Amino acid sequence: MIKLETINANVYYGASHALKNISMQLESNTVTALIGPSGCGKSTYLRLFNRMNDLIENIRIEGEILIDGKNIYQKGTNVDSLRKSTGMIFQKPNPFPKSIFENVAYGLRVNGISDAAFIQERVETSIQQVALWDEVKDKLKKSAFELSGGQQQRLCIARALAIQPSIILMDEPTSALDPISTSKIEELMYELKTKYTIVIVTHNMQQAARVSDKTAFFYLGELIEYSKTKELFTNPKIEKTQNYITGRFG
Amino acid sequence: MKLPDENKLEKLKKRRQRIAFIILGTIGYSIVAILISILTFIIVKGISVISWDFLTSMPEEGMTKGGIFPAILGSFYLVTGSIIVAFPIGIMAAIYMNEYVKHGTAKKIIKQMTNNLAGVPSIVFGLFGMALFVNKLGFGDSIIAGSFTLGLLILPIIIRTTEEALKSVDDTFRQASIGLGASKWQTTKNVVLPIAFPKIITGMILSIGRVSGETAPILFTVAAYFLPRLPQSMFDQAMALPYHLYVLATSGTNISESRPMAYGTALVLVVIVLFTNLLANALRKYFSNKVKMN
Repeated sequence: MIKLETINANVYYGASHALKNISMQLESNTVTALIGPSGCGKSTYLRLFNRMNDLIENIRIEGEILIDGKNIYQKGTNVDSLRKSTGMIFQKPNPFPKSIFENVAYGLRVNGISDAAFIQERVETSIQQVALWDEVKDKLKKSAFELSGGQQQRLCIARALAIQPSIILMDEPTSALDPISTSKIEELMYELKTKYTIVIVTHNMQQAARVSDKTAFFYLGELIEYSKTKELFTNPKIEKTQNYITGRFG
Repeated sequence: MKLPDENKLEKLKKRRQRIAFIILGTIGYSIVAILISILTFIIVKGISVISWDFLTSMPEEGMTKGGIFPAILGSFYLVTGSIIVAFPIGIMAAIYMNEYVKHGTAKKIIKQMTNNLAGVPSIVFGLFGMALFVNKLGFGDSIIAGSFTLGLLILPIIIRTTEEALKSVDDTFRQASIGLGASKWQTTKNVVLPIAFPKIITGMILSIGRVSGETAPILFTVAAYFLPRLPQSMFDQAMALPYHLYVLATSGTNISESRPMAYGTALVLVVIVLFTNLLANALRKYFSNKVKMN
């Protein structure tokens, strides 16, 4: 099933043309990896789906960006509730300066949920979903900053899951983590994709190969190649892709 | 072309390096020396009058005996009052500038005005305060008029430090909060302000140092030459340390006899300012360890 789709998406930052005519369909319950050298537009593309690009000054977005067939840039779209249906994970773990519990509860509270029992239940389930429960269950009231980087990143994923999104957008989620924490996050992605549609931006091609079902290669704002991960890495159709994945540039 | 003798060249380079080093070092250390000699001067001259009595009793016999308690208390009132006036306004202005109007004309105008405000000489604040708070609004020479005047004076400091503090908050914190469906205000209140808080507090404490030392703005708005009793309400005049120092040094009843009192007052003032600066540093360290960013 098609979950996310862009039709002729163009993004301009002032005069620079950051995304050029991107038409692409992303399937539900899959992990789609976006790869390409820095500045190729992959992060910008990711941020189309929760309208996070809106926060940038002087940005112009053209074309259609669809979630479940609905154009999310149409007038009258409720941006807050759109963002509730997408969870975002960032490059650096960025828990809020709050307790572990309150970090996960935050998304519920800002959306007006105050039922303590419900919040308790959601927080617990979300932390269990990211396999962090056993590590933190005795210190839920402690500051989230006391956790290790890898734990913090899993907490951030739990924070995103708590508001029950259907899409998870990850912007280089493991680039600040050690190998063990990285593999934990990757395992997690494998489990999460049964329930969620995951899009991940990564600089690490081994990671893309390990975790994703489909991979899109971006270069200078253009979508060069998009296919099943296995195909793209073993048998790329386009020379640029070949050159990039073999490390000849990037 | 004949190349210069390598040994000679090395020697020359070394000598020049040493000369530059000596000049720069001397200048650097002489700044420390100046500060130390000012402090030593004030301590040596003032320490003899410092006593518990000096800090806690009223001036006596035409300010040649007794203490400076009313001036300490007055300065305390003014610091507190001006913080109460300037802190909320300053923080709100900074939030508006940094979180709501990232760019654009509104921000430019506010920013420019803030900078201009910071450049206005403090005596002008004093005159303005007298015209507006003392006369127009009818507060009279009073703690409240002085607090408002000093509040205006430190407003730019508070706006600027708060803005710096907000700017230092990594944008991904905002994005994470907004990504969870939070509004801008929820994000600012629950995420950005708590992270920026240590630096904002530092700004506040630095402005305490500034307020406690200012003389010109209180001259026409609050400061009394001498009061036989402590202020009873915020509509009363008050004595204040910097102005008291000025009085003791230039226009007391017996200047030569009140000279030691003047040095004692200066010492108290300097200690208060140094202490608040040290406190600001300590708090900044304490909080930044606590709210550890990674």
